[in-house]
Amino acid sequence: MNSKTRTAWTFLAPMLLVLILVAVWPLGRTIWFSFTDANINDLSATKFVGFENYFGEYGLFANPNYTDGFFASDWGLSILNTLKFSVVSVTLETLMGLGVAMLLNQDFKGRTFVRTAVLVPWAIPTIVSAKMWGWMLHDQFGIINQWLVDFGLIADKIAWTAQPEYALWTVVAVDVWKTTPFMALLILAALQTLPKDCYEAAEVDGVHPLRVFWKVTLPLIRPALMVAVIFRLLDALRVFDLIYVLTSNNNSTISMSGFVRREMVDNGYMGYGSAASTALFLIIGLCTVAAIKLSRMKLGED
Amino acid sequence: MKAAWYWRVALYLAATVVVAISVFPFIYAVSTSFKSGSALFEPVLWPSSVTLANYVSLFSLAEQPFGRHILNSIMVSVLVVAISLFIGVTASYALGRISFKGRGLLLTAVLAVSMFPQVAVLAGMFELIRFLGLYNKALGLVLPYMIFTLPFTVWVLTTFMKQLPKELEEAAIMDGCGPWRIIKDVFMPLLWPALVSTGLLAFIAAWNEFLFALTFVLDNNERTVPVSIALISGASKYDIPWGNIMAASVLVTIPLLGLVLAFQKKIVSGLTAGAVKG
Repeated sequence: MNSKTRTAWTFLAPMLLVLILVAVWPLGRTIWFSFTDANINDLSATKFVGFENYFGEYGLFANPNYTDGFFASDWGLSILNTLKFSVVSVTLETLMGLGVAMLLNQDFKGRTFVRTAVLVPWAIPTIVSAKMWGWMLHDQFGIINQWLVDFGLIADKIAWTAQPEYALWTVVAVDVWKTTPFMALLILAALQTLPKDCYEAAEVDGVHPLRVFWKVTLPLIRPALMVAVIFRLLDALRVFDLIYVLTSNNNSTISMSGFVRREMVDNGYMGYGSAASTALFLIIGLCTVAAIKLSRMKLGED
Repeated sequence: MKAAWYWRVALYLAATVVVAISVFPFIYAVSTSFKSGSALFEPVLWPSSVTLANYVSLFSLAEQPFGRHILNSIMVSVLVVAISLFIGVTASYALGRISFKGRGLLLTAVLAVSMFPQVAVLAGMFELIRFLGLYNKALGLVLPYMIFTLPFTVWVLTTFMKQLPKELEEAAIMDGCGPWRIIKDVFMPLLWPALVSTGLLAFIAAWNEFLFALTFVLDNNERTVPVSIALISGASKYDIPWGNIMAASVLVTIPLLGLVLAFQKKIVSGLTAGAVKG
């Protein structure tokens, strides 16, 4: 080992030590727990049970008690909820983020002010935005119900966060409100790196702006857009706090992370909960690999 | 084409709608926090009478010591920022300035950790925290928070380090500086913008964290603010003190909003540094 390499590893040591302590070791232990019947209240009585938590009689998958099918079980529901939430919210955030970024990329008076205002939802803590919207969407005293009734759009006030048919979409709406700024800023940064000359050329040639958008802008910002979408998707797949606070984690909205925490902490089934979290980890891992392959992103060395 | 009047009108209309949707919920929260009694239940923007009662009672509740919770949050967030920046700078020096075998692999591994879902380590972290005697202590949260602040900090600082000119370092080596001196005297002054932006983002992430704080701290005196706000409750399900909740929300958000708006250029560049170049 030459002195350069030795210096490199010396300087890397603190980071490696911390990452092993907070990431690698706990992940390994969680995977180990998923093969045991561990209970959070008494870890010393933990026994190895093999794949029981995954495929056993009361396991996550192939459970004979799932008489109404896999997706009617709490675990199946939480997978469905998470997927619905992730796909719909990330799609909406991308489209609206694109819209807001295009707007901010225009030249107009007060643009700086608008860009600052757009940052506000992003700067508000998730818990606070959940509470704020919970209050605005309150079934009796919420201002949104009041407006909708005043404008004659609905006859009776709606319990947006409690009624199963609305709850998940309410969560999606609040998430879109909160996260569109992030998307918009990433897309705006990409838009601002685009060369001006091809737009001038297009304008001289009289090409329709929509066509310019499809043929020039979109292909050029595609790499940045893909990175933003992947980041958001990974974030959305592990959603927990917004749902936990806004809808109290009931069955119509519970996410995979919420399911894991409920089983592990509230019910104490640490082994079973660990199996669910390991499954979630694998799902997110697969999504990441697939997304990176799809976008042919280069990581690490560039 | 450029100056068509309907185009300008549409532009300003869109801008107005975007601004209104962005800021209204917070303004309404501020307004609610000044209402009390029956005024609280009137869904109007301007309170008929302004009162500070919600703020006062927030700090006088014995079972919910909000002032203490704010101090806990500040302490945890500041420590998280300090530690992740220190470790981030040393690691990014190695990753960004020294070429050695396995560097690319290591960077990919660091990025992979930042994609970990927090619940994936929940059980193991619970055991670890108990083992280290950090359970039920606000300070104990500093350790698990490294899982999301450190990879991000290392990643952004490495990108930044790579862009600095080689000549700087070479000159310092010629003068006989060791790696510590190079980091401290040559790179640190240049790294300030990146340190500010990553530090702020780490601070925000730690300030807002909920899952670990909810799970690892049960003692009422040791809570951090997000959990504190989530748990403010009344005598019954139908008696939620919305005034207090909004007052707490406003207090927790104002410093954050101030930071973000004051440093918005830095924060945006920090957010996009990793992403756009990826």
